[in-house]
Amino acid sequence: MSDHDHDHDHDGHDHADGSRFSDVELRVKALETLLTRKGLVDPATIDRLVETYETRIGPRNGARVVARAWADPAYKVRLLQDATAAIAELGYTGLQGEHMVAVENTPQIHNLVVCTLCSCYPWPVLGLPPVWYKSYAYRSKAVIDPRGVLAEFGLTLGPDVEVRVWDSTAEIRYLVLPERPAGSAGLDEDALAELVSRDSMIGVTRARNPGARS
Amino acid sequence: MNPPDLQRSPGLHIDEGGPVFRAPWEAHAFGLALALYERGAFTWQEWAATLGAEIAAATEVTSDGRDDGSRYYEHWLAALERLVTDKRLATARELLAYRQAWDHAARSTPHGKPIVLAEDRRDD
Repeated sequence: MSDHDHDHDHDGHDHADGSRFSDVELRVKALETLLTRKGLVDPATIDRLVETYETRIGPRNGARVVARAWADPAYKVRLLQDATAAIAELGYTGLQGEHMVAVENTPQIHNLVVCTLCSCYPWPVLGLPPVWYKSYAYRSKAVIDPRGVLAEFGLTLGPDVEVRVWDSTAEIRYLVLPERPAGSAGLDEDALAELVSRDSMIGVTRARNPGARS
Repeated sequence: MNPPDLQRSPGLHIDEGGPVFRAPWEAHAFGLALALYERGAFTWQEWAATLGAEIAAATEVTSDGRDDGSRYYEHWLAALERLVTDKRLATARELLAYRQAWDHAARSTPHGKPIVLAEDRRDD
């Protein structure tokens, strides 16, 4: 300190132009620093996990699964029989994907996925859930009035279509296999995957029609 | 297809294409929970039950539907603090001491300079 003649450099004095962390920032920093110093977590591990979920895991994975099922009838049979193994065939495994169930939309049956407890969601195939999936409105209304929820997403089903709502848990997570759109007969798997939106794999919309803007 | 008219359902809105995390602290809270799970600090069932309880408690407070999902990582953080203390990985007193230390470090650091926590700072 002998080289300094600025009295505001002393520890214990607030800077007039000092920085501030918000309450949640302070709580996260406290957890991370304390657990790191105790040797319970490694900051490099945290960075790796965040980077993985921000950039490498997302609904494009699920779209590949759906496109394969549309293109390959034998794969579709395996997917509906044992989704965890069929999804792992394409290399998509990991946390929140240990026990997957695929449910198929047909002209007679429409499937919708929710987690009423919190936001259990099939991370390896869909990434992290969208904000609306975590909302109280969706979690409560999807069970009470699934047709109303679907209507808000622009999907109106006829009265003859049965709506099945699947409540995800920490043990089982669901992937909706949307109906293959009409007019997609000649498309290869890459082109088919482009028709598969995240929302169609949650069951709140249909897959896109070829030529429709994504 | 028209964009969904989600305004009719209070609190229900869409973030298609939006960022996974809206702030760095959300990403860090996310990564912390996964890192602790990976080393076996708790099971995923324990995590889901704790997070669900935090969300349910918050939902009671905002039964008018204002829990629109945007506060999800606040619930996540609360669940993380609860499990860390329940599992005796850290005490509430230790966490408070580190919060105060970071707050102090920030306030005594001018803008534009990195905020560092003194290596020897202890809570005892």
